[in-house]
Amino acid sequence: MTSTDLAFWLCAVLAVASGVAVFVVDSMARATYALATSFVATGLAVLLLQQSYLGAVIVLMMVMEMAVMAVYMVMFMGMNPALMPMSMVHSHRWAIGVSVATFVTLGSGALLVPWPARRGSPPPDVTAALGRALMESHMLVMMTVGAVMVATIVVGVVLSSHRTRYDRFGDDLRHRDPADRGAR
Amino acid sequence: MPESSVLLGAAAVLAAVLALTWVTATGAAMGAGRGLVLAATDPWLETARLLRQRRRTTLRADVLLWRLSGWSLLPLAVLLVALVPWGPHVVVPTELGVVWANALDVVVWAAVWLLGWGANAVAGLVGGYRFLALALGYELPLMFALVAPAMAASSLDLAMIADAQSDLWFVVWMPVAFLAYLVGVLGFALHGPLAAPVGDEVAGGVLAELSGPDLLVARAGRHALLGAGAAVAVPLFLGGGSGPWLPDPAWVAVKAIILTALLSYAAGRLPRLRVPLLLGPAWVVLLPLVVLQDLVVGVVLL
Repeated sequence: MTSTDLAFWLCAVLAVASGVAVFVVDSMARATYALATSFVATGLAVLLLQQSYLGAVIVLMMVMEMAVMAVYMVMFMGMNPALMPMSMVHSHRWAIGVSVATFVTLGSGALLVPWPARRGSPPPDVTAALGRALMESHMLVMMTVGAVMVATIVVGVVLSSHRTRYDRFGDDLRHRDPADRGAR
Repeated sequence: MPESSVLLGAAAVLAAVLALTWVTATGAAMGAGRGLVLAATDPWLETARLLRQRRRTTLRADVLLWRLSGWSLLPLAVLLVALVPWGPHVVVPTELGVVWANALDVVVWAAVWLLGWGANAVAGLVGGYRFLALALGYELPLMFALVAPAMAASSLDLAMIADAQSDLWFVVWMPVAFLAYLVGVLGFALHGPLAAPVGDEVAGGVLAELSGPDLLVARAGRHALLGAGAAVAVPLFLGGGSGPWLPDPAWVAVKAIILTALLSYAAGRLPRLRVPLLLGPAWVVLLPLVVLQDLVVGVVLL
């Protein structure tokens, strides 16, 4: 076993263990950052598979997402860090049944499917190959999805904020100095 | 790489972080109006004082997350500095230096919010939420600012980006990206106009409940992050190790220290702004300007 193998298995075990911790801990912040740890370990494992760009991006995106997610969760639950411990699971039995069934299905699929032998060899620069794959033949999809995502974000923010610039600056946006500017 | 040069590199990075931390602390204090001698000796006296201070804790704090986050700021700065190429030598050679630098600055999001959260006290929590709001404002301009030098060098490798500036430093024709990058550095280092998360008006915000060595490392981490951000700007915008007379590593160090000193002095001089006052300009003015800067770089490259 090489040191890379050892590092890979360490990351894998850490990823699974912190994934389990998400459901064991009794605080939202701990659950969120247990999940973030799990993702970082996954990113490092991907890094060890020599997909360095994907690994780095997994770490970057997931930590950012978890930071934002923690805020939303705590904001909507209104929970104090330690004074109000709460369970991180709901629909307990039902969820366990579903997850066991999913695991068995996927796991048996992975074991039973006759895997094809490798054809060809990986390109020397996998990051460039990934970029070309995304940006050449799938450019149209990427552009469409990008626009749809931006529109979704903007609409989501508009729908969720009950006080917009029209409230602050008037219907024609002409009021330059709303009395409570910056209050929200 | 032989083992001795790895150790030498690690020692150089640690020394650089220590020096940049001290320069930042001194520069920020001088910007705020302190004299040179007091500003330069204060960090050492504060270190001695805080090392001896007894640790204070709050009622039912989330000690694990609180301590982890406070003690992680300084290592994050060390990792950032480790990415910087010192001329031909890089401590952590990676072809994705830009992406890793970005990933590390995002980990600061988690660290600062948890630092505010962990104390189970109101001032820290207010500071933590302030930070995330600010982060949403500075991070996108910062990310788009990182795109410009990477695009011009057609590489994400900091060493390649530094080498691509042998004719002309990127700061000359990417001033907007450089500015947005520096704003981002002030943001993730909680300094200057973007220091609302540690503001006096919230009793120190995310630092409010810390004491003793915990406060020392969190404060030092904050200063170190400013210095580390400035050090990463050297290969990104300031030509890396290029310069007359001196060897490459010396030029990287000189540029990093000068930029750190100027940035921290400006940070100390400028007022701390309320979060709502910053978010508008960040999204409506800075972000479009940076995207325009990227467009200009793209057009020039065509």
